[in-house]
Amino acid sequence: MSTTELGMPGAPRNGHDVPPTIGVSTGPATSVAYHTGTWRTERPVYVTLTPPCQVGCPSGEDIRGWLGAAQDGTSGYERAWRAIVENNPLPAVMGRICYHPCQTACNRVELDEAVGINAVERFLGDTALEHGWSFDPPATSTGRRVLVVGSGPAGLSAAYHLARLGHEVTIREAAAEAGGMLRYGIPAYRLPRDVLSAEIARIAALGVRIECSTKVTDLPTVQAEFDAVVLTVGAGVGHHVDIPAGAAAKILDAIDVLRDVASDHPPLLGRRVAVYGGGNTAMDAARVARRLGAQDAVIIYRRTQAQMPAHATELHDAIGEGVRVQWLSTIKQIEGPRVKIERMTLDDEGRPVPTGIFEDLDADAVLLAVGQDADLSLVTGTSDIDVRDGVVGVDLAGMTGRPGVFAAGDVSPGSRTATFAIGRGALAARSVDAWLAGATPTGPLPVDREAAASRLNTWYYSDAPHQHRRELEAARRVTGFEEVVQGLDAEHAVFEARRCMSCGSCFECDNCFGMCPDDAIIKLGPGLKYEIDLDYCKGCGICVSECPCGAIDLVSEVR
Amino acid sequence: MTAVSIPFMQTGTLVVGNRLLDDDDRSVQARADRPSSLTKGHRACQGCAEALAARWVMDTAVDATGGKLMVANATGCLEVFSTLYPESAWKPAWIHSLFANAASVATGLAAANAARGRSDIRVLAQGGDGGTVDIGMASVSGMFERNDDVLYVCYDNGGYMNTGVQRSGSTPPAARTATTPIAGRRPGAPFGQGKFMPRIAMAHEIPYVATATVADLRDLEAKVRTAMSIHGARYLHVLVPCPLGWGSASNQSIALSRAAVQSGTFPVFEARAGEITAVTKIREQVDVEEYLRPQQRFAHLFKPGGEDALARVRAAAEANIRRYGLLDDEPRRGQQQEALR
Repeated sequence: MSTTELGMPGAPRNGHDVPPTIGVSTGPATSVAYHTGTWRTERPVYVTLTPPCQVGCPSGEDIRGWLGAAQDGTSGYERAWRAIVENNPLPAVMGRICYHPCQTACNRVELDEAVGINAVERFLGDTALEHGWSFDPPATSTGRRVLVVGSGPAGLSAAYHLARLGHEVTIREAAAEAGGMLRYGIPAYRLPRDVLSAEIARIAALGVRIECSTKVTDLPTVQAEFDAVVLTVGAGVGHHVDIPAGAAAKILDAIDVLRDVASDHPPLLGRRVAVYGGGNTAMDAARVARRLGAQDAVIIYRRTQAQMPAHATELHDAIGEGVRVQWLSTIKQIEGPRVKIERMTLDDEGRPVPTGIFEDLDADAVLLAVGQDADLSLVTGTSDIDVRDGVVGVDLAGMTGRPGVFAAGDVSPGSRTATFAIGRGALAARSVDAWLAGATPTGPLPVDREAAASRLNTWYYSDAPHQHRRELEAARRVTGFEEVVQGLDAEHAVFEARRCMSCGSCFECDNCFGMCPDDAIIKLGPGLKYEIDLDYCKGCGICVSECPCGAIDLVSEVR
Repeated sequence: MTAVSIPFMQTGTLVVGNRLLDDDDRSVQARADRPSSLTKGHRACQGCAEALAARWVMDTAVDATGGKLMVANATGCLEVFSTLYPESAWKPAWIHSLFANAASVATGLAAANAARGRSDIRVLAQGGDGGTVDIGMASVSGMFERNDDVLYVCYDNGGYMNTGVQRSGSTPPAARTATTPIAGRRPGAPFGQGKFMPRIAMAHEIPYVATATVADLRDLEAKVRTAMSIHGARYLHVLVPCPLGWGSASNQSIALSRAAVQSGTFPVFEARAGEITAVTKIREQVDVEEYLRPQQRFAHLFKPGGEDALARVRAAAEANIRRYGLLDDEPRRGQQQEALR
């Protein structure tokens, strides 16, 4: 043992080599000869668990990973963005319109508020567009040709992932421009068109051929042309309900109105507009009606606010723009500008039942937003593609009953959200890739153990309020289609990223290393984390209890 | 207090280190090449907070003095578990003589250094609560009143633990020990007895007195550093949970220290020349139950008949909060969350 190791330069040695003169002397640090690890009945083991945000993300983004990169500030943005696009090729779009189930799942709710993951994603997406970052080109080329029918989020995701896997991809889109529901269903005040177009252009730049105004009408024909086909035609047909109506009544599908507005052909709706339905399309339609000049926009919904399928923020924003909502009401009849409404009540099981009480409402137009149906024209007449509950049936891997034909997005079963569509598009791409290679597609990737909130020691996280995105004031909102929700600036985005608690993944806080009473943890250096010195670890479990992010397990010692 | 203020980095100053900080801003304990003055192989029980606190204190002192440090250790757990003949777990120059005289030995070391013109070599004395508040009280008080150039550190686990958990003058009221069993009308250690050594030290009006826990490393390191920047008699009193004597789980030593502070049971402060100059405010207030319930020595407080004693312990914590001003005027973390709901 050298004197420098003792931290005492110049001090005399006092080990066994120096004979004691008074009393009894022992050498310094000679206790290392005794291995206290033999006392141990349990041992700490470093683990990496899946955080709830990632479990909750239908696109399967490594959110903890890219937030971690963004925490480094400017030097980490591109790394963070590249981590996002491993799964989701549309960060600037999704950073605006995603209903962020990741934030609903976020463990930080237990402490103060969920991390604003969505806002940081948007910041990174916008930063990427600003800098013109492009996707890494595919490493290989397989020479196989794949057709993606439809260019909504599922189609764009499938095409992007197929292209990155080296396939030659063509998208055929019936509409004049690519984007599907992103372009024709989501109003510009939520998703500016230049942002959408720029992210689609980046996918095209990867080599994906996008043919617009090209409706695919026959499956066998395109199957002869391509090695595999992915159906992502969406659900863009307004669902219909039977309402007795006079000839003078102006009844429109809300989804058609949104499409017409997006195509720069806004319809004349009048001063008083009623919207029938309680989903997000109903909210969008009512907000669009206000922007088209309606003084009064009323949402009529048969259940209560708690049962409404629309996202709470959408309702909040609609109300903020002067939209009225009439709960527990159904439309019984439409006669000219007069709408007959029946009040409903909830029965014991929470279902709405008629009360026999009627009232009238004046409306120049009634917009139906009671659901959307998939466009199944391409599969009707095929014997091997199963249509169930109005959508195309697929197996776990996203393949239909017809070999080589896959489906994803709203045309297939599952949640009708853009993030789910992106996740299923990626799954279809992986499955196509496996199928083309002659392998059996495996389906969704298994989820590892989740880092539950109960594993965390939240004491160690600083108090840090959620950074809110600024919003356009209500008066300016209803006069045009300017984007309502503003982005975070760099400073706030980094702050928000640093609110991530890194659940289930060591972020090298040194708690285990510093708090081990037995000096039995070895720090391996930046990025290399730690190692337990099992010769000395007594298994007290302090490192496990004091790990902020729950990244250490205590397991029974088997001798 | 001289604790470093660090900009918000996910975990701020609460964790031992932080990957986003420069090495210079990190605690001594975060350094891969820290001195580890009390090293591996010592025989302390699993989860011993005294072993942990001793390494923290001494590593900081070694760092502050450039390794020019001599340590006198009183008899007690710390001495027994660290120096089983023929081994020693210590790296600095370390001496043990008797139970009662660590402070006197330290006085002698300081005097010898001064006589040799080596005032650059600093002296630290340490012991448990038994060696400090009971058996060594006279020599500690003597060292204080002479204002000898020694930092005396007391690791307070509230009893004579390695000899079988007997009561000391620092055992808290109601606690069960081998000599204050759960029997009779007033089970556990008696109320109205015992002493709080930091206030005795303050009464000597020595230059520096501070308390600390293993629940706040940066605070502890800052206090040792402050103490080593001052000459004369200094006293640091560290609360160290003892899984054996307290009947607590070995993984709870830090959590119990935290609960002791956040409930007001153990005040964390600094005093100079007999006056309190800084107080660590409660960040997230908890009831004394959070501190007491995980400890078997207080189990009887939560059984029928224990209500009065529990109320008295709670009242003592509330008195601490008043006396030391432990609650901030501004709403802290817990109240903030309440307001958000």
